Amino acid sequence: MGQIKLNQVTKSFGEVQVIPPLDLTIEDGEFTVFVGPSGCGKSTLLRLIAGLEDITSGHIDIDGMDATNVPPAKRGLAMVFQSYALYPHMSVRKNIAFPMKMAGIDEAEQKRRIEAAAKALNLTDYLDRRPGQLSGGQRQRVAIGRAIVREPSAFLFDEPLSNLDAALRVGMRLEISELHKRLATTMIYVTHDQVEAMTMADKIVVLRAGFIEQVGSPLDLYHNPRNESVAGFIGSPKMNLIKGAEAQKHGVATIGIRPEHTDVSMSEGLWKGTVGVAEHLGSDTFIHVHNTGLDTGPGDMVTVRITGDIQAKHGDEIYLTPQLDKLHKFDAQGLRVD
Amino acid sequence: MATQHSRSAARIMMAPAVILLLGWMLVPLIMTLLFSFKKYLPMRGGDLGWVGFENYVRFVSSSAFWPSVSATLIVVGGVLAITIFFGVLLAILLNQPMWGQGVVRILVIAPFFVMPTVSALVWKNMFMDPTNGLFAHLWRFFGADPVSWLSEASLPSIVLIVSWQWLPFATLILLTAIQSLDSEQLEAAEMDGAPPLKRFAYITLPHLSRAITIVLLIQTIFLLAIFAEIFVTTGGAFGTRTLTYLIFQRVLESQNVGLGSAGGVYAIILANIVAIFLMRIVGKNLDA
Repeated sequence: MGQIKLNQVTKSFGEVQVIPPLDLTIEDGEFTVFVGPSGCGKSTLLRLIAGLEDITSGHIDIDGMDATNVPPAKRGLAMVFQSYALYPHMSVRKNIAFPMKMAGIDEAEQKRRIEAAAKALNLTDYLDRRPGQLSGGQRQRVAIGRAIVREPSAFLFDEPLSNLDAALRVGMRLEISELHKRLATTMIYVTHDQVEAMTMADKIVVLRAGFIEQVGSPLDLYHNPRNESVAGFIGSPKMNLIKGAEAQKHGVATIGIRPEHTDVSMSEGLWKGTVGVAEHLGSDTFIHVHNTGLDTGPGDMVTVRITGDIQAKHGDEIYLTPQLDKLHKFDAQGLRVD
Repeated sequence: MATQHSRSAARIMMAPAVILLLGWMLVPLIMTLLFSFKKYLPMRGGDLGWVGFENYVRFVSSSAFWPSVSATLIVVGGVLAITIFFGVLLAILLNQPMWGQGVVRILVIAPFFVMPTVSALVWKNMFMDPTNGLFAHLWRFFGADPVSWLSEASLPSIVLIVSWQWLPFATLILLTAIQSLDSEQLEAAEMDGAPPLKRFAYITLPHLSRAITIVLLIQTIFLLAIFAEIFVTTGGAFGTRTLTYLIFQRVLESQNVGLGSAGGVYAIILANIVAIFLMRIVGKNLDA
């Protein structure tokens, strides 16, 4: 229950094609994250699956049935919106009951499901309040509650955490992950935040300009990015991409090395540079190194990550040595070379 | 920054405006109250002294009083019902993306800019005239006898004319309210399985309730005072004499200022009763 299959799906707004022909299969019970920079078509893709936008051509199959022309309500999917989209004039209880009321589920069953959802989401004390009286995190939980009670075959999340503050976001991230483990229902989650993608997903779909750049597990994407843009997008801080003479030594157009795969020394190493800004996080230190003489594109900066603390001040000389077995190589088209 | 000094300076500088506005309101009000207790016939002897509550008693016991109250309520109620019903419909229609949206919106608002006297005359002569009016032609085209609207269906005709004038106002306010509705709420309701009519009933209409309240209150206040439309069409005949019109007749046609003033005081009381009613019924929408 909950396999979603996109077959040669396209979407155009007038003359502009925002989704070129696209194939994708989301397996039952999978937590799939669509991730990509803003404007990459990830939300559009989600809305196509939800049925809120009509697809221009192609097919969408849900559980093996062609759902291309099925109206949103009949697809058995539940969606959580970025703005939560709670009904402001209804109490939390009525908000959660709304989809069941529309489906004509009897009162006793409604009550049972509302109470179960409220208990699972810690909303029992707030059932008679209006959405306007709740905090951001509580509203988010009400929106999830409204989705759960429908017992959908898949959940769709459209950047649900982007309106929350950082601490709450981490908490809700965990709650949603736990919810997925408990319900084992297919979930599709759209975000521009690669940390959310990495921490939550079973499968990440990286999108750019409507194209799927790569599909894979978080670690697969981390270790084997298929091209430069995935390499730059996945991982934090970003991978250092180096062109020019240094890349020629390896026989490719671009080499990439992640900040955490670079050894740092104050006395000797392969590349020499000066310390710019050092960001001390306690557990880690990120150092931005300038004047390395490497072709790193605009900004002339190599970022390195050191576990623990290091006594490096602005302007100090520093030496970097990439771990050669962790080096990523890309050809002139930006594709991975093994 | 508001020191004692600047506050008193502010008061002094605001005083002329406040005093002017207060005078503008208080002088006519007090004069109306004074006249209502006097026998005052300008062309037949002038001020004939105090008479106590006689004017009040005469105004209410006159055979024209209760019909005028009911005519007022019919006009106000009818216009409110029509403008709000069609206002909501039009607002929803105008909110749909369509070609020439800007022009259409201006056209819809246009009737509001036409002076009441002019629009009533246009309706009277162009549409409702029993021999040359458009309606008469239409009726004859289908082989029916033309209706002489303003005498046979006088109150509905007045309601129609005034509704035409006030529909743009209602539409405009409701349209801005509809535009502020979060589209994600409608989409969420769609995902939740609500068909269009239920989406309207459960999402759009509650969202509009506050705007509807505002339209209701503002229009009631203005509709209680409509005058020009009646003056140029029926002249108060055929049961279209509203309270406002009755007061006008008492003061200017019968030249009885005292009696008219007493009617004016009743009108103030009626307007306040309506206002209190409305506040009671829908006022709680304004708190939320």
